[in-house]
Formats: sequence, structure tokens, C-alpha cells
Amino acid sequence: MGDIRILQPSGLDSLIGVLHERGYRVVGPTLRGDAIVTGEIRAASDLPQGVGDLQDAKTYRLHERGDQAYFGFAAPAQSSKPVFFPAEEVVWRGRRDHDNDGHFTVERDAVDEPPVALLGVRSCDLRAVQIHDQVLAGRSHIDAHYVGRRDGTFVVAVACSDPAASCFCASMGTGPRPAENDPQTGAPSYDLLLTEVLADGDHRFILEVGTDRGADVVAALAASGAPVTRGTDADQADAIAVTDAAAALQTRVVDTAHVHDVLRASAESPRWEDVASRCLACTNCTLVCPTCFCTTVQDVSDLTGDSAERHRVWDSCFSESFSYIHGGPTRESTKARYRQWITHKLSSWEDQFGMLGCVGCGRCITWCPAGIDITEEAAALGRMSGLATPAATT
Amino acid sequence: MTATAPHGLAEPHGVTEEQAQTHSHAHGEEVPPASARPKLAVWKFASCDGCQLSLLNCEDELLSIAEAVHIAYFPEATRAVVEGPYALSLVEGSITTPDDVRRIHEIRAQSGVLVTIGACATAGGIQALRNWADVDEYRSVVYAHPEYLRTLDTSTPIASHVDVDYELRGCPVDKKQLIEVLAAFLNGRKPRIPTYSVCVECKLKGNVCVPVATGQPCLGPVTQAGCGALCPSYGRGCYGCFGPQDSANTESLTRQLVELGMPADDIVRVYRTFNAGAPAFAAASDAVAADARDRAAQERGPE
Repeated sequence: MGDIRILQPSGLDSLIGVLHERGYRVVGPTLRGDAIVTGEIRAASDLPQGVGDLQDAKTYRLHERGDQAYFGFAAPAQSSKPVFFPAEEVVWRGRRDHDNDGHFTVERDAVDEPPVALLGVRSCDLRAVQIHDQVLAGRSHIDAHYVGRRDGTFVVAVACSDPAASCFCASMGTGPRPAENDPQTGAPSYDLLLTEVLADGDHRFILEVGTDRGADVVAALAASGAPVTRGTDADQADAIAVTDAAAALQTRVVDTAHVHDVLRASAESPRWEDVASRCLACTNCTLVCPTCFCTTVQDVSDLTGDSAERHRVWDSCFSESFSYIHGGPTRESTKARYRQWITHKLSSWEDQFGMLGCVGCGRCITWCPAGIDITEEAAALGRMSGLATPAATT
Repeated sequence: MTATAPHGLAEPHGVTEEQAQTHSHAHGEEVPPASARPKLAVWKFASCDGCQLSLLNCEDELLSIAEAVHIAYFPEATRAVVEGPYALSLVEGSITTPDDVRRIHEIRAQSGVLVTIGACATAGGIQALRNWADVDEYRSVVYAHPEYLRTLDTSTPIASHVDVDYELRGCPVDKKQLIEVLAAFLNGRKPRIPTYSVCVECKLKGNVCVPVATGQPCLGPVTQAGCGALCPSYGRGCYGCFGPQDSANTESLTRQLVELGMPADDIVRVYRTFNAGAPAFAAASDAVAADARDRAAQERGPE
């Protein structure tokens, strides 16, 4: 067994404090308006204590749980994607120099931000970060801005105890208990893993240490007088029981054994017309997806033309302009756009990067205003293609 | 010109036009004389003036705009009129009279680039509701001497009458988009004006989806971005004042609006409010209205 500790809930503030002392900007789930979002965490009181969520196709509602759980909800409205990969950023700025024959000087925007500590990141979203590491930083041309923000991240994962009806991480093999190591690189997935146990007046966090850096933070916690004690095998078994129960609650599934081939065989499926009649081409699924990484580049200048900026902005394969080349878009119909998206997520991503591009967080199901369900579409395509696949939901 | 200056703007006493228009930038560079700057004209058709006001509301940028172009025709701002042709014409309002039809052709003939601004100019505006009504009846009810009135049966966008180089949506237009179009025109580049849905702007801003999280009806998925997702940023559903996005699936959205409890009359109204002349919204409203009529007929049963 690994290094197991018990952290009392009153010690969360100390944990956040130790991370702040070490120079981290702590980012985690917090309540804003009608949803739990990913935001700045200054103290444990910023966490959505006692708040639960109900998520299903095109529905998201918060409710009071009637208990003291800090992490009694499923995926926040947005993942940690924008922390490392912001929706819009300046790539470079240019300025015309009137004292130098009107030549332009160009400044690259470098990332100069403190390292981030992700607090309460779920297994699905952690896996999505690993996928982004591969896509944006694991190939011959790295994304310097992504690496600048991602370098030195400290991860305090929280195992998921309360999956939503839209969740299907268990089926994707990405949760609810995070894997110890990144299956691609072998690097540790987290520095610390917390599992919140809440039953019969017993409220504690089982803390598992994943790295030496994590062990240092735990030592600092203990030294500060925070309520951390040694744990046992039995405690780890309790933690595993929490995620086993969470996995058993999930009803949506993707037939991962066949889905790659199903989509390959479905290019001309009549299902695309069906889904296109429902799809709003609004882009919501892609913009809440923790792995979607497409961007566009936009140039702006001021009225005088003396200063210009190049921006990189999230884009979506559901927008018409996404596939625009001279003469028009190559994916003019919504049918072609939906096919492109789901085929990339569940099939060609594997050919490209050696893994599926979906982590089962269920956000595309919850946040689709038309309630289109990726698991249901994949299952329907499976049935129609004649390749075996179980029904998605009941 | 004998009329008093509009909006209480003082006349530039004792200053010649050349003096008034050649002066220095704050940072010391010489502003080119008016004759060297592209002439801008701002025209009005059936409209409320709100979009033209958006130009005057560009407070921080207004001086830079006035230095970059020669404001040659803009009755909302100045009674001084400089003869055409005009390098850039901004056109507000829709075509509702025979005189409008004649005038827009004249304007097109003396304009280099013609940009329509706002829901009236691009989709007929609120007054396009007349496209579903009996104008003769209105005329007889509203006016004591309807015979003096020369009007058309429809309110139509500028692009239904002349070639338009660029359209800016919204009721009113977005100030930032207006400046963006001017900057793009002045620098000979493509304006950064997206045609995708309002949803994109919500997500880029980190807004939580209003219909999904609160159950309020929202036209965002079928509406073109550009406002900065103004209403959803304040927790309200979008009501579509920027008109249809490039891939609007109104049939699917209508089903969602019905599910969220919006009555058919309200759905018809929301599609017809600002952009009733936009084909996608007009068709969507017609479909809902026809469906409601069919249902009502069924409920009444056979005569």
C-alpha cells in the first residue's frame, strides 16, 4: 500500500494555506450563480460545501444536500481546461514605430503566472489534462503558452463520490478513482488524492500521497498542527468503496471495445440526418468538453493601424467558419459537423493520439440545449452498423 | 443652412473648416487634412436612431474616429454637409416608403463601401411586423388623412434593394463591432465579426448556460454572436436581437422553447421582435403560428 493519511475536514484550510505559502494559485470548484464553476480558492469556505448537483441531458440544477460534504457534486460547469488553455489569449503584439521609418516592433506575449494547484479536480478532468499534455505538449511542436501555465502544477485530486446521471467515466475507464499514473507517460497523476468519507456522523478525508512533493506538503501540514493522522489499509479500502459505489451509480455507457470501428463504419449512416435535425450547431458541447482543443487565430488592429494584435481563440468544429477555406466551408451541413466531432472524439482521436478523446465527464450531454447524448448516438450508430454494442441508457 | 445645430452642439464660431479639420494628435503627429481622409456618411431610413447613436456613444474612440475619417454627412451629429461621393456609408433603418427605395439607390451610387448597421437595416426591424399585417387598415385607423401617406406594404432590409458590402447586426449594434468595422475598413483588412451563435460568446466569457441551468427560454443557440452575450451575462435568456446565426436550427430550438413552457404566441413574438424580416426567423415564426392554428382547429373539432 502507499502512504495513507486521514485529514479531518477542519484541516482543509491548512492544506490550502500550505499551497499558498508555496506560491501556488489554488484553483478549484466554487459556487457562482446557478452553478459550480472552476475558480479561485482562497479558503475552504470558497468550496461549495453542502451543495449537490443534478445533471442530465440539457438539465443542470443545484440543491442543498443537507450535509457538510465539500465535494458532494459531479463535474463543475467548466473543467480546468481554461486554467491552462484560456478561451482567448494574445499571441503577439505589433506596434508601428514612427521614429524608425514606420517599421513594426513585435512582442511575443510570454506566460508569467504563478504555478497552479488544482484542488478537487475529478478523475475525468485529470485524465483530460493528461490528454492535453499529450496533444499540446507531447509532440514535436509544443504549445509554449500551455506549457508555461501547466509547468509545476500541483494536483490535489478528489475522488468522485456523487456522479451525475450524465456521467460515464466508469465506462470510459477514466474514473471515478483516478489512476495512479498517466497511462501514456507513466508520470504520477496526482500529488495528493483525497476521498471524502461521509457517513453516520463520520466525516473525514482519506488522503493518499502520490509524489514526494505531495509528501512534503503533508509533512508541512502535520508540522503546522493540522489534523492529519496516519491511515491504514482499512482506510484505503473505505476510499475504494466510495468510488466503487460511485461507479455502480453510473448508467450511461460507451462500448469502448467497438466504438472506434463503429464510427469508421458509419460515415454514411442515416443516423447523421436524425441527429442533425436536433443539433443546434451552437458549439456548446465542444466548448465545455475538457479535451476539445481547436482554436482559431484572429488579427485585430486599432483605427490608426499603429498597433495590432494576434489573438488565439477557442473555436469549434460546429461553427460554419471553422472549415472555411477559399470558396466556402468544407462542412456546410450540421450533419457533417456532428459526424466530424463524434468521429474524432471516439475514433480518429485514437488513430491520432493513441487514446480516445472522451473522458466520460458528461458535460456535452448536460450542456447541450437540445439534450443530444453522445452515448446514445454512439449506441445507435453501433446498432445501425451491425457491430455489437449495448444500449446506452434505460 | 438656417436650422439650429442639433442636440445643442455649438457652431465653431470664427474657425474656418480647414482650421477645424487640421490639428494635432495628442501625441504630436499631424492629422492629415480632411481632404486626405476617407469621407464617411451616415444615413437614416425607418429606424429609431439608436444605431447612429452607438457611433456617437464611442466616447473614448470618437476623437480617433474623427481624425481617421472625414465626417462628411451625419445629420445626427452635425448639420454641415460635404458633397459626395463617400468612401464609406453607414446605413441605418429599413425601407418602408417609395421615397426610401429611390433614396437608397442614390446613396448606393455615391458610396464606395456600404455597411448597413442594425436590425432594421439588416432584417427590417420591429416595423417588419407590418409584413404580416394589413397596412391599409393601420393607415385608416392611425391617420386622419391617410391619403397624404405614401408607404409600402412591407419593411425590408437594405440588401433587398441594393448591394451591401457588410452588415452589422443588433438592436442596437454593438459599439465594439462598429469600431472594428471602421478599423478594418481603414486598414484594408477583414473585420473580425463572427457569424456563429451567442453560445460561443457565453462560453468564452465563462457564462453558465441560462436555459440548461435555470430553465429560462433562450434564443442564444440560433442567434448570431456580437453583443458579447449581453443578456445571458446578466442571467437572462437571449431574445435574438442580432438575428439568426449562420447555421440556425430554429426547428430544434422551437421544440426546446415549447418544452421550457413558452406559449406559442410568445414563441412567434420572440422570433418576430427585432428581426422579423430575417428569412430564418420569419419562417420559424410562421411554422409556430401555423402549428398553433392547426392545434386550435383540432381542439375545436369538426365544424
